[in-house]
Amino acid sequence: MARWGMAIDLAKCSACQACVVACQSENNIPCVPPEEARSGRILSWISLLPELEGEYPRLSMRLVPLPCLHCDNPPCILVCPVKATGINAEGTVHQIYPRCIGCRYCTTGCPYTRRMFNWYKPEFPGDLALALNPDVSVRPKGVVEKCTLCHHRLMQAREEAKAAKRPLAEGDYLPACAEVCPSGAITFGDLDDPASAVAQLARNPRAFRLLEDLGTKPKVFHLAEGEWSGGRGNQT
Amino acid sequence: MDVETKLEISRDDAVLIQPIVAARGSFYYLAAALLAFSALAFFAWVEQLRRGLGVTGLNVPVYWGVYITNFVFFIGISHAGTLISAILRLCHAEWRRSITRAAEVITVLVLFFGVGSIIMDLGRPDRALNVLRHPNFRSPLLWDVCSISVYLMASTIYLYLPLIPDIAILRDRTGGASWFYRFLAAGWRGTEKQKRRLDRAIAVMAVLVIPIAVSVHTVVSWVFAMTVQPGWHSAIFGPYFVVGAIFSGIAALIIAMALIRRIYFLHDYLKPVHFNHLGLLLMVMSLLWFYFTFAEYLTTFYGGDPSHLTVFYSKLTGRYALAFWTMFATCFVIPFPILAWRRTRTVAGTVVASISVIIGMWLERLTIVVPTMSQPRLPWATGLYSPTWIEIAITLGFGATFILLYMLFTRFFPIISIWEVQEGREHSLPEVIERVRSYMPGTEPVQ
Repeated sequence: MARWGMAIDLAKCSACQACVVACQSENNIPCVPPEEARSGRILSWISLLPELEGEYPRLSMRLVPLPCLHCDNPPCILVCPVKATGINAEGTVHQIYPRCIGCRYCTTGCPYTRRMFNWYKPEFPGDLALALNPDVSVRPKGVVEKCTLCHHRLMQAREEAKAAKRPLAEGDYLPACAEVCPSGAITFGDLDDPASAVAQLARNPRAFRLLEDLGTKPKVFHLAEGEWSGGRGNQT
Repeated sequence: MDVETKLEISRDDAVLIQPIVAARGSFYYLAAALLAFSALAFFAWVEQLRRGLGVTGLNVPVYWGVYITNFVFFIGISHAGTLISAILRLCHAEWRRSITRAAEVITVLVLFFGVGSIIMDLGRPDRALNVLRHPNFRSPLLWDVCSISVYLMASTIYLYLPLIPDIAILRDRTGGASWFYRFLAAGWRGTEKQKRRLDRAIAVMAVLVIPIAVSVHTVVSWVFAMTVQPGWHSAIFGPYFVVGAIFSGIAALIIAMALIRRIYFLHDYLKPVHFNHLGLLLMVMSLLWFYFTFAEYLTTFYGGDPSHLTVFYSKLTGRYALAFWTMFATCFVIPFPILAWRRTRTVAGTVVASISVIIGMWLERLTIVVPTMSQPRLPWATGLYSPTWIEIAITLGFGATFILLYMLFTRFFPIISIWEVQEGREHSLPEVIERVRSYMPGTEPVQ
C-alpha cells in the first residue's frame, strides 16, 4: 500500500502561488470577499507561509508553500469528538463534511493551523459557479475542511490504471498543486517506494519537516535552499 | 406516625415560603427586563444560525473566543453549589443549613448555560447529537460530554432529594390541590423510615458528587491541556481549573445569597456569620488561585521555550496585558485584602470581593483561550480578535436568563431549606454539644 507524501524544494519555489490558485479551483474553495479576507478568514488549503528572519536592514524572507502536512501522527484527528476526521490506510488525513459538527477543536489542535472553517455558506459569484469541479463536493457552511491531497484524482487514476490493466505508476496521480508548479518545486508520490522521486528527496540532506520535534511525523517534506540558490544564506 | 399527618411549616419559618405565597410587583418588572435580554440573545442566535459563525469576531487562527470562555466560566460557576454544599454537609458544618439550597440551584441551572455556550459555538448545532451517534472517546471534548452529563444528573438528584420534605410542606399547605407539588413530593409523609432513607440518600449523593464535580472541571481544562499548543499544554491545568471553578463558584454563591437576603427579607437566615465564613473560604481560594497562577507562569517563563514565551509576553506586556492585569487585580489584589481584614469581611465587603472575583475569573478564562489561539507556533498573520455584538448579546442574554430562571425557582420552591433549618433548631444543638464533648479526653467517641 502506498503512503502518499510530498517534497517541496524551496530552492526551486519562486513563490508564484500557482499552487494556491490551482488548489482553489480544483477543490471548489469559495472566494472570500476582501473585508472577510482582511479579518483573516481566507480559505486556502495550500498557502504560502511567510517566514521573516533577522532585523531590518539585514532581513531575509522566505515563503514556504504549506498544504496540510498529512501527519502520520496527526493531533487533529485525536481530538475530534465525532470521528469526522481520520487517517486512511494510505496515510491521507480526511474530513467527513456531513458529519462534522463545526466545534473547531481540530483547527485548534493542529499546530500548523492548516484546517479551514466555513464561516459562511460558500459563495461562487458570477461565472465561478459554472467552473466548479464536479468531482469535488462543495462544503456546507459551519464545517471544517482541509487538503485531501486531491483524493478524487487518486480515485480517477486508479480507475484508469484498472481499465488499462496495469498497476498505478508513478506520476499517474498528482494533486493539482504538484501538477501545476511551473518550476517543478513540488514532487509527489509514494514515500514507501524507495525508488520514487519523492522518497529520494525525503532522504536528501536538505530535507526537513516543519515542527518535527512535536512528533507529528508529517508526510510533507521541505527542502531548504542551498547557498547557491540565492536564498537566505547569501543575503545575510 | 399517622399517614394523614399534615406537614406544616412552623410559625418561626413562615417567612421562608413568603416568596411562593405572594410575589411583589418588582418581581415582574425585573423578570420583564431580564426577559428582554433573553430575547435579544435569541435574536442574535437566530442571526448567527441564519448567516453562519462569520457574524462573530472569530477568525483564523482565533477559532475559539467568547463562547468557549463562557463555557469554561459557567461550568466553573456550577462548582458553587453541589461541591460546596456537599463538602459542608459531609463536614457537619452547622452554618450550612440555610445556604445549601441556594448553592445547589446555582449548579443545576448554570450547567445548562455552560452546555448552551458550546451549542452556540458549534458551526452545525443541528448535528450536535453526532457526539452520541459517532463518539470518539479519545477526544477530550467527548470526555466533557460524559462528565458534564453525569454531573448534571447527579447535581439534579442532589438538589431534588433535600427538596422533597419542603415540597411536601407546600403540598399540604394547599391541601394537596396542586398536582405539581403532589407529584414532586413523591408521597413524603415525614415518617421515621422515610427520614432515615432520605438522610442516607443525601449522604451517598454528597459523597458521589464531589469526585464528579472535580472531574468535570479537570476534563474542561484537558480540552486545552491535551493539545500541544503553547500556553495550554500544562500538567497543572486540571487542578488550576478546579481551584478557579470553586473560587468563582463561591463568589457567585455569596452574590446570590446577598440578593436573596435583601429581596426576600431573609436577614435572619443569611446572617453576617454566613458571609464571614464563606468570605474566609473565598480568601483561601484567592490565595490558592494566586499560588497556581504564579506557579504556572513562572514555569513557563523559566522554561524559556520561544513559542511559549510569545504567548507569555503577549499577556504580561503585550496585546492582552490589560485583560491579564485586570484579571490579576480582580482575582487577588482587590478581594484578598477585603477578605483578609475582619472589619471589611462584612456582607457588603464580601459581595464587593465576589463581584470582583466573578469579573476576574471570566477574564482569566478569556486570557487562557484567546492569547494562545492568536499566536500559533508558525508565523501566520496572527489574528486580532474582538467579539461582535452577537457574541456580547448572547453572553448577556445567558447571564440574564440564568438570573431569571433562578428567580423563577424561588417563586416555586423555598430557596432556604425549611426542614433543614427546622432540624437544626430541634436536633443539632444537643448533637453538636455531644460531638464536641466526644473530642475531649476521657469520653467515648460518638458513632
